[in-house]
Amino acid sequence: MVTQISEGLKAEVKDLNFYYTHHQALKNIHLQIAEKKITALIGPSGCGKTTYLRCFNRMHDLYPGNRYEGEIILFPDQLNIISPKIDPIEVRMRISMVFQKPNPFPKTVFENVAYGLRVRGESRRSLVEDKVEKALKQAALWEEVKDRVQDLAFNLSGGQQQRLCIARALATDPEILLFDEPTSALDPTATSKIEELIMQLKKEVTIIIVTHNMQQAARVSDYTAFMYLGEIIEFDKTDKVFTHPSKKLTEDYITGRFG
Amino acid sequence: MSHAKTPNVVEMRKRIALNKTRDYIFWVIGLLSTLIGFVLLFTMIIDLFIDGFPRLSGQFLLSYPSRFPEKAGILSAWVGTTLVMIVTAATAVPLGIGAGIYLEEYRRKNWLTHLIEINMNNLAGVPSIIYGLLALGVFVYFLKFGESILTGGLTLGLLILPMVVIATRESIRAIPNSIREASYALGATKWQTIKDHILPYSSGGILTGMIIGLSRAIGETAPIITVGALTFIAFLPSSPITPEFPFLSFKWLLDPFTVMPIQMFNWISRPQKGFHVNAAAAGVILLFMTLLMNAFAIYMRYKFRKRIKW
Amino acid sequence: MFLKRKISKKIKEGAVEWLLLFSALSSIFITLGIVFILFYEALSFFKDVSLWEFLTGRQWTPLFAQPKFGILPLVTGTLLVTGIAVLVSLPIGLIVAVYLSEYAPFKVKEVAKPFLELLAAVPTVVYGYFALLFLTPILQKWIPHLSGFNALSPGIVMGIMIIPYVSSVSEDSMKAVPMHIREGSYAMGATKFQTAFKVIIPAAFSGIAAAFIIGISRAIGETMVVAIAAGMMPNLTLNPIEPVQTLTAYIVGVSLGDVPHGTTEYKTIFAAGMTLFLMTLFLNILGFWFRKRIREVY
Repeated sequence: MVTQISEGLKAEVKDLNFYYTHHQALKNIHLQIAEKKITALIGPSGCGKTTYLRCFNRMHDLYPGNRYEGEIILFPDQLNIISPKIDPIEVRMRISMVFQKPNPFPKTVFENVAYGLRVRGESRRSLVEDKVEKALKQAALWEEVKDRVQDLAFNLSGGQQQRLCIARALATDPEILLFDEPTSALDPTATSKIEELIMQLKKEVTIIIVTHNMQQAARVSDYTAFMYLGEIIEFDKTDKVFTHPSKKLTEDYITGRFG
Repeated sequence: MSHAKTPNVVEMRKRIALNKTRDYIFWVIGLLSTLIGFVLLFTMIIDLFIDGFPRLSGQFLLSYPSRFPEKAGILSAWVGTTLVMIVTAATAVPLGIGAGIYLEEYRRKNWLTHLIEINMNNLAGVPSIIYGLLALGVFVYFLKFGESILTGGLTLGLLILPMVVIATRESIRAIPNSIREASYALGATKWQTIKDHILPYSSGGILTGMIIGLSRAIGETAPIITVGALTFIAFLPSSPITPEFPFLSFKWLLDPFTVMPIQMFNWISRPQKGFHVNAAAAGVILLFMTLLMNAFAIYMRYKFRKRIKW
Repeated sequence: MFLKRKISKKIKEGAVEWLLLFSALSSIFITLGIVFILFYEALSFFKDVSLWEFLTGRQWTPLFAQPKFGILPLVTGTLLVTGIAVLVSLPIGLIVAVYLSEYAPFKVKEVAKPFLELLAAVPTVVYGYFALLFLTPILQKWIPHLSGFNALSPGIVMGIMIIPYVSSVSEDSMKAVPMHIREGSYAMGATKFQTAFKVIIPAAFSGIAAAFIIGISRAIGETMVVAIAAGMMPNLTLNPIEPVQTLTAYIVGVSLGDVPHGTTEYKTIFAAGMTLFLMTLFLNILGFWFRKRIREVY
């Protein structure tokens, strides 16, 4: 039985199964995502947390042979975002993603952030400029790059590139922001900057973060789901999961007995 | 970010529809563009076949060129092509494989190998007719081979050398280092390792490259014209096999010759329509030969890729 | 005994290495040979004809009683046919590359790529036949003033012929763009079309530029299609419906006749050849530079 949460919901996952061709990667997942909170997905590598995260913006649709079953309901309009009737592009426009490795485009800093707006056909220059500036400020990058927004994004440091990717995701006002181990390729200083940023951002956007770093989950998240072998073993308020886990498996994992 | 509770999904969907229409239009354009090549290839094959059909017969293969289109054939041309290809293969294959092995297995990171590599890339981009000029200066006049089969074969051999080298290198590179280490661990020398392991395991890829190279050489016209192959040859080169000891003769190497594409070119340039039929018939045979060789090479590559999984 | 064997082994190993090194060096000899022959004959050509006349003369009639040696008509002829071929092959080659790299399902690719290779395997004399006796008559129905020999028809055929060269190198460089860059674009809600044109093409720019240069270089050096279908008339024009002669076609034209060794006429083909060689060499170096840049980006 998975714990029900009492706050406002942004999304609800019901009986989600996911298959890579013949291999079932996710089994009967139920989960509630609280609005403007941070939900962390933890678990040993290969447990399906990234697979699960990528269901939220239909990244699996990019590769043939993948199949979803069940529902992910997005509120407030109660849209089942994994329904084949819903265009994955629409889902991706509403739910943005930040990847494990910073993946800026081979463009200028400005054009990277403006990309989502361009994709949406936004051509009003002043509006694009405003949004880019705002997104860079939100991503705590503006002060560092305001004089070189026309530089190539590759010239930024790794941590800056990742914040640029966050700015890129924020510029289009997403409803949910997905983070797939966003700090795994970064050094500790850059990591703590990103963590701080994520905590800031929850005021404005619902966040789901996958991490293999339990301290990170404990530090930043409000809710934590522990996954193992494609299933959710335990889901609760983060404090509860890390202090009084209800399952033996969770306790073994967070105390470092496997993973 | 105080966006409305319900986002403006209606407008978003309009935009997505527009984006997807553009995507779909490009998909159609992309497919059509890819098809242009096929359409041209098939049109060419069918056009040649229709034009040349009346002349496609055994007699066409067994006749010499003639002033009368109905009597003319490609005997001297295909014999010439065959002999030239023997010289070409004898030049390009050992040199190409040797160079490929050197660059992959012996290469020391120094300025010389670097220069060889850059030079090899550059040679692959030199127009074929330039090789013709090289051969005209070196083989025809300097080495005094004359306008002979030897000259023609050497010219095409040099021309396809970069292709054989590239094919050799690619297939050698595909062999993992563990194989080499296994051989050295058993006490083999470098050359033994190459002879017993590297060459046998890469032979499929090398053969493929060789066939593709030769098929290019068969169709090459410009350098052969430049070295002065004749367009009207009503005799065969001397026979490589003789009745007396030692039963082999290399006199043919210095005989004048013509090849298939030159014969075809010659017939195209005639004003009489009858010769255009001959050109088409020769074209069918030429095309058939090159496409068959290429199809075989492609099939081989496909098969090797499937079979060997390191 | 054992020692003896060891020594003979050593000698053999050394001999083999030298033999292989010689094979590898053969490519250097070829290049040196090309450069030497072209410059040697071209230099002796410039003893008879001034470089100034060669570069600025507007007429090329070396076989006339009063010969004129201005290379311009051959160069414009080459550039005209190349220009037409490039207008066909670069856009289509790029579109094909995008289609194969970003759109085509695996099975379509498995079939389409070998077929495109076959296109490059067809002897060019066959393309020439096709341009002269198939495409030109068809074009003449549309363009009444099109002469039997013209730049347009071989230009178009050559353009299609070059598509595989352009598309395969472009596609390789697009495929080399890491998947996570693509995912970054798709995650923003971009379509394949937007991803391809706004992200993949800029990311693969160096490779695409190299592909374009290879295509242009091919077109400049292509001989038989133009020798057959463009005519053999040195014509200082940029009008695609007129007959023209390219550098390559001129060399073929002279070689077909009987030109005695050592005469000025004989040397003209080397002067034309040197011009051609320098043009393609410049492009090859440029292409090489772009290809080197590909490796530096990721």
